[in-house]
This record gives sequence, structure tokens and C-alpha cells, in this order.
Amino acid sequence: MEAVLFFLAALGALGGAVGVVALRSPFYGVLALIVHLFSLAVLFLLLAAAFVAAAQVVVYAGAVMVLYVFVVAYVGGNEEPELDPIPGQRFLAPLMGAALFVELSIAILGSSLLAFETHGADVNPGFGDPAGIGKLLLERFLLPFEASSILLLLAAVGAIVLASRRDEPVENPTAPASAGTPGESRPAEAGAVGSLRGPS
Amino acid sequence: MNIEWYVVLSSLLFAVGAMGILLRRSPIVILLCLELMLNAGNLALVAFSKMVGNQQGQVFAIVVMVVAACEVVVGLGLIVAIFRRKLPLDVDSLRELRG
Repeated sequence: MEAVLFFLAALGALGGAVGVVALRSPFYGVLALIVHLFSLAVLFLLLAAAFVAAAQVVVYAGAVMVLYVFVVAYVGGNEEPELDPIPGQRFLAPLMGAALFVELSIAILGSSLLAFETHGADVNPGFGDPAGIGKLLLERFLLPFEASSILLLLAAVGAIVLASRRDEPVENPTAPASAGTPGESRPAEAGAVGSLRGPS
Repeated sequence: MNIEWYVVLSSLLFAVGAMGILLRRSPIVILLCLELMLNAGNLALVAFSKMVGNQQGQVFAIVVMVVAACEVVVGLGLIVAIFRRKLPLDVDSLRELRG
């Protein structure tokens, strides 16, 4: 039973991952990633990590993916152009991925960890429940917990600063005129945007 | 299931994510592939946590989730900013910093 569940979830996770890489439309990529995340939550449950699985579903498949869907809908899920600027990228990238997998597999199978061949430690039913994780987070890992809360705050502020609309008028008319729409950004930014614009 | 299976699956997912980053050019898809790699790392952390019989690996996985959420928020903010300035959403066109 466990093996069947494992293979089903592994297939879902792998299929979702391949879908993210292979599907051309970003919107379908996001949907494939949701399949991948749900399959990973099943794998976490098989590994006796109930709280991590719940957080995976609620935080990732719930919040983060909704954010992705909103941004894809805002930007417009336009598909990638067909041009191939780096010669051989289409063949080199899978080759590099396969090489990375072979390398990691050699590292895993070549490690002399005897516990790899076992089911892992026998754990009591309370292993990985919110009580245990919360106790660890608030006692042993209190400093990382607080640091991650500060990180979340900084990320929220940074996102607001990055994505905020600036409707201030252009104060310096000597700013490059090619940069963005006039009146949308300040001169310093206008210069930065002008240099951001690549050869098109 | 042996722990080995989980770790090999995790390395496979990581390789697929890395391949996606090398292959795709849309910034949104590159962020999605980053998610794949972070989740592969999470799977390995949780598998090792089960192997040792210690919950600390799961705490690490949760911290990785927090970092991933921050990365998503800032990355999507950048994408929205790029889109709003009417720049092309293609990492091969935004090559000014490459030198």
C-alpha cells in the first residue's frame, strides 16, 4: 500500500515537474506546479511529516500559487518566442540536467549511509505533528524563527516598493526620453530603465 | 519504502528544475523552476529527518518554505515592475548586467 502510494505520488511529482519545464504557456506551467506540490504533500505524509504536508498545501498550493496565477493573468500568459539565442541550448540544457542527476545519484548511492537501505527510524505517532514542530520552533530554533519573520516582513516591503506605481512627474527633462512612458518614473530610474532596455 | 527512493526522487526533481532554468527564457517559468528545486531540497530534508528519527529536518523544511515564499514575492514584484516599464519579459533581452 505504501509502495503504491509512493509510486503514484512520485509519478505525480515528476509529471508536474516535467510539465513545468515542457509546457509553453506559463499558466499551464503554474497548474502543473500545483499538481507537483500536491504530490509532494502526499510524499511528506508518507514520511510522517504531517505539519509540513499541511503547510505545503496551505502555503504553497494555496497562497503562493494564487499569487502566481494573478501575476500570469496580469502579465498575460504570452508564450516564449521561438528564437534560440544560445546555440545548442535546446540540446545542452537536458544534457546538463542529466549530468547533474547522474552526479547526484553517484553521490547518494556512493555514500556509505547504511540507513538508506532501511525505512528510516521507527517513529511514534506524534512525530511531525504541529505540537512537536512548534515546540522545536519556539525553543531550540527561536532565533531562526524570528529571523525568518523579519525576512518575511522585508520581502513584503520590498515587493510593495518594487511593484508600486509611481505617478510623479518627471523633474529632470534631460533624462533619456526613450525610457518608459514619460511621467511614469523618476529620472534616476528612467536612466536605469534606459540602460535596462536591451537590443531588441 | 526505503529512504533511498525518496532521496533519488529528490535529486531527480532537482535535476529537472535545473534543466528548466537552463532551458526556459520566461522569468515566470524560471521562478517556477526555482520552486521545483527548492521543493526537491525540502523532500530530501524531510526524508533525512525520517531517516534519523529527528524532527529538526522538518523545521528546516519549513524555514526553506519561508525563504521560497520571500523569493516568490520579490521575484514576482520584479516581474510586475519589468512588465509595467514595458520591457520584454525575456531573460535574454534583459542582458545589461551580463557585462
